[in-house]
Parts: sequence; structure tokens; C-alpha cells
Amino acid sequence: MATLQTKSAARLMMAPAVIALLIWMIVPLSMTLYFSTLNYNLFNPAQTPFIGLTNYRFFLTDPAFFTALTNTLKLVAGVLAITVTGGILLALLLDQDFYGVNIVRLLVIAPFFVMPTVAALVWKNMMMNPVYGTIGQFLNWIGIGAIDWFSAYPLTSIVIIVAWQWLPFATLILLTALQSLSEDQKEAAEMDGAGPVSVFWHITLPHMARAITVVILIQTIFLLSIFAEIYVTTSGGPGLQTTNLTYLVYSQALLQFDVGGASAGGIVAVVLANIVAFFLVRIIGKNLDA
Amino acid sequence: MGQITLDKVSKSFGSTDVIHAVDLEIEDGEFVVFVGPSGCGKSTLLRLIAGLEDVTSGRIMIDGTDATGLAPAKRRLSMVFQSYALYPHMSVRQNIAFPLKMAGESKDSIERKVADAARTLNLADYLDRKPRQLSGGQRQRVAIGRAIVREPAAFLFDEPLSNLDAALRVNMRLEISELHQHLKTTMIYVTHDQVEAMTMADKIVVLNAGRIEQIGSPLDLYRNPANRFVAGFIGSPKMNFVEGDAARGQGGETIGVRPEHLDISTTDGAWKGTVGVSEHLGSDTFLHVHVDGQPTPITARTGGEFTLSHGDTVYLTPKAGKVHKFDGSGLAVR
Repeated sequence: MATLQTKSAARLMMAPAVIALLIWMIVPLSMTLYFSTLNYNLFNPAQTPFIGLTNYRFFLTDPAFFTALTNTLKLVAGVLAITVTGGILLALLLDQDFYGVNIVRLLVIAPFFVMPTVAALVWKNMMMNPVYGTIGQFLNWIGIGAIDWFSAYPLTSIVIIVAWQWLPFATLILLTALQSLSEDQKEAAEMDGAGPVSVFWHITLPHMARAITVVILIQTIFLLSIFAEIYVTTSGGPGLQTTNLTYLVYSQALLQFDVGGASAGGIVAVVLANIVAFFLVRIIGKNLDA
Repeated sequence: MGQITLDKVSKSFGSTDVIHAVDLEIEDGEFVVFVGPSGCGKSTLLRLIAGLEDVTSGRIMIDGTDATGLAPAKRRLSMVFQSYALYPHMSVRQNIAFPLKMAGESKDSIERKVADAARTLNLADYLDRKPRQLSGGQRQRVAIGRAIVREPAAFLFDEPLSNLDAALRVNMRLEISELHQHLKTTMIYVTHDQVEAMTMADKIVVLNAGRIEQIGSPLDLYRNPANRFVAGFIGSPKMNFVEGDAARGQGGETIGVRPEHLDISTTDGAWKGTVGVSEHLGSDTFLHVHVDGQPTPITARTGGEFTLSHGDTVYLTPKAGKVHKFDGSGLAVR
């Protein structure tokens, strides 16, 4: 099939796209690397002397850095836990045949189409607000009393908002995986004496393993860089309680006007993301080759 | 023990009736084959016995107890699926052990039974492989292994050989027959292939459009088909049907003669015709003869050395006593 001619033709055809993507990636990365070695502050942008690795030393020894790192990991872990478990349960539910299942499926997918800023604002003002919010009113009604979510449980609130946005994605991927499970296998297990729980545990869940891996990998990539939800709700606060790495870099650059330090932070974030990706691929990536 | 009785079992999907009040007795240790064209309800009937579908009306008795409402696992039946339905993420050992594990048997007894099954089915060398690393025949054997470890009252086979190539199918046919001799357990086997039915069955149940057309031993069905459908379905190549004056002369609306019951002559005989296509199989030759006044060609079997070419004139004569007569509604006239 692949003759020498088609191979070189394919390379030629792909070259523009590959080169464009390479430039797209290389230029910002090297600019960031370059800025991270300068004392580049927007208060004095005319003077940008070279200062070596001082920006990195300041960023890594900043107490905010460690907090931001833990917050990032907590955020990722929390959202993954909710979306994967919730996604599996919702997928199991939507795989059933009930009246109006198509409309319900459509509604379940809907949150994915809401922009992060809009979703966060809706949650902040209409759901989680202790006075006007639906949740607060409901809690008042059942007698527990309203909760001021963003000051009492700031990081949990962010996790809830982000999980709400990513649940449809997980559900959708897991639902398609579930639908590809052959009916024969479930029936065979049923004949073999497996109850519904055993069928789920021994047949359905292993069948979905690959899809779960895909969900975890893709979501992790996006969850490491959550920004909009934090920006419009808590602005990283109270204190540093909801500041993740992305938000920390942002505040270095645009609140403290320290472009050099922010660049160093950016590079650190890239390195950390790669470490996480490396471990993820090592641990669960082997699920993907079959 | 594995005695199964169906009492007026019917099944409808919505307003479509798939099985019409079927009565059937299956004795302990019998090899019963359900055979019929596709869509005749044979797989549905098997799934009703297995409990994978609920009956619309009627009763299913297993060993004298009413099993109509029992869950599949409680009926002590094992099933081998057409797609094998092996669990892809489990090794062969885990696949075979799965029903025992679900039954909560001890580790030792599971290991012993799996080893026994593997020995019976020549799977001992493959126990640690995954199903995807096995050939079609091996997968089939794993599926059978998973069925036999439970020591069921009866085995249900749903077209188990249709995914195999022709040579392997003949092999597996023998292996399943041998397994039946060895285990002496009731087996119910669904197929659309009348050759499988004829070669394996103690008792054949011919189904058509959700009704049982005839029940009997293979030779019984071959010799005394109850109606035109069974006559045409059992036997290969198919029985020839002749209508019109030739039939009325013999005392029926239609008469049927099997290809192997026709004498061929080049000089004289009952029906004159010209040779169309001739199929040489080496051992046999099948001649498709265009007989004057008949809309479809008549097939005749003759020895492998018989040479006639396209367009030659031949005379066909049915052997005495081998002519099947059918009345206007297709029932056999005896």
C-alpha cells in the first residue's frame, strides 16, 4: 500500500501543517524562556537586564508556589473523582431504555456547551450565593441554613463548578464505551450466575477501562490549566485558597507586573505538567495498547 | 438429569408472534437439534429455555419443576453463544473459572475443575492466554469449557459453528458429538444447517415460522417427512417437487423425489429432459435436468464417473417406493 512515492508525497503534504504547528509552539516557548531570565517588570519595561535564574529562585521559594501546586493537584484529583464516578453512573443510567431517553441525553450534554466564564458566573450568582442562590434557599428551606460557599469552602466550590462542566464529557465517552459492550457477554455472565453487581464489576467495568483512561488523560490536560472559573468567582482567594499554578502565573504577570517572574512560573508549570503527563502515561497508558 | 418439557410456549414481541404454542419433550441425555430457516424462531425458542427471554404464555419445566419464572442462572443450564461471548479481559483460565467463582466455590475445587475441563478440551497449553490470542476453534472450545465446568442439567448451543471455516466446522461437529457421548448430558443445539442437524442429532425439531413442523430422528425425517416443508428442508441437495399431471398420476397434488432416488438413463424413462449444469464433486455428480413441462430444473444424483454434457437428452425415472406424495395443503399422503 505505502509505496516510496506515496510516502514522500505524504511527507510533502504534511510538511506545511507540521512546520506551522512547530513554529506555533517553539516561538512562544522560547520567548517565555528568554523572558524568564530577565528582570522584566512592567513598571520599568525599558530596563530589562539579564539576571540568570534569579526569577526561578524567587518563584520556587515563594510560599504561594507550594500552595498553588497543592491546590492544582487537589483541583485535578477532585474533579477527576467526581466526573469519573458520576460519569460511570450517568452512563449506566442513560444506557437504559426509558421514555424520553434521547431528550435526557441531550440535556446531560448541555453543560459542555456553556462557556466556562458563563458557567462560573451562573454558579456564583444564581446557585451558590448565600442570599439569592438556589442552593442557599433550598438549604434554608430544609432547615440546614445557607452556606456562603466561596468563603466557607472555596476550593470545593471551584471543584463543583468545574466537575459540573466536565461531567458531560466523561458521561458521553463512557456511554459510547458502554454501548459497544456486546449483549452476548452480559447474557453469558448472567447465565454463569453473575448478579447485576458482579456483571458490572467483572464485565462492564473492565470493558470501560480504556474509555476511563482516555477520560482521565484528556481531562487532566485541561484541568491543570483551569483559570476562568477561578478568575470570575474567587480571584484566587480568600487569601491563596483557590490559587492554582495558572492563576499564580497570571497574578505575577498582570497583578504584580513581573513579566520575568511570571515567565519563570510558566516554565515551571510546563515542566510540572510534563511530569504529571509522564506518570499518567506510565501508569494508565498501558491500558491503551491492546 | 436434564429433562426439559415445553408446554404451549408462546412468545410475542409487541404484536408480532414469534413462537406459536410450542409443545416439546426433551429426554435426559438427548441431543436435540432445532433446525429451520433464518427467522423461524429457533434461537428465540432456545433463549426462552435459557431464560434470557420471558415467555408470553405457556410453561417451561426442567426436571419436572416449573422453571418458567426462574432467573437464567437458577435453571442449571449453560449456553454457548454464536459469538462465543468470551470475556476479553480475562485469561482462558479466568473465563472457564468465572461461573464457578460466581457460584462461590473454593479455590481448590475451581482449579481442579478448570484443569479437568482444559484436559477434556485440549486447552491445557492455552490457559494463560487471552481470548484474542486464540484461533476461532480454540475460542469455541473455551466457550464450551466455560459451559461444562458448571456441570449443567443441559447445554444450549446457539449456532456455535457458524463463525468457523468449513474444515474447522466439520472438526468441531465431531468434537461436540464426542463430548456428548462422553458427558451424556442433554444438549440442545440450534442451527440453520441441515447437515449439522442430520449428523449430530438424536432428535431433530424442524421449525418454520414459529411452529414445529415435525419432530423425529434424522432418518425418520429423511424417510417420512410429514409435509412439503420438511421434505424440502431435510436432505442435500433438496428434494425435487413435481406438480401437474405427472403428480396426479401418482395420487397427489405434488410429488417429491430426492435426487438420489432418480434413475438416469439415456434411452428411456418416465420423464424426458435435457441436461443443464452438471456439478462434479468427484464422488458424485449432480445433474440439473430441464424436464419438459416443469418450471424448475430437476436435480439428479449419479456416480462420479458419469459423463454427460450440457444439452444431452436424458430420461429420469423415480425409484419405486421412494416417491413422496403431498396433498393440496402440503401435507404428506401416506
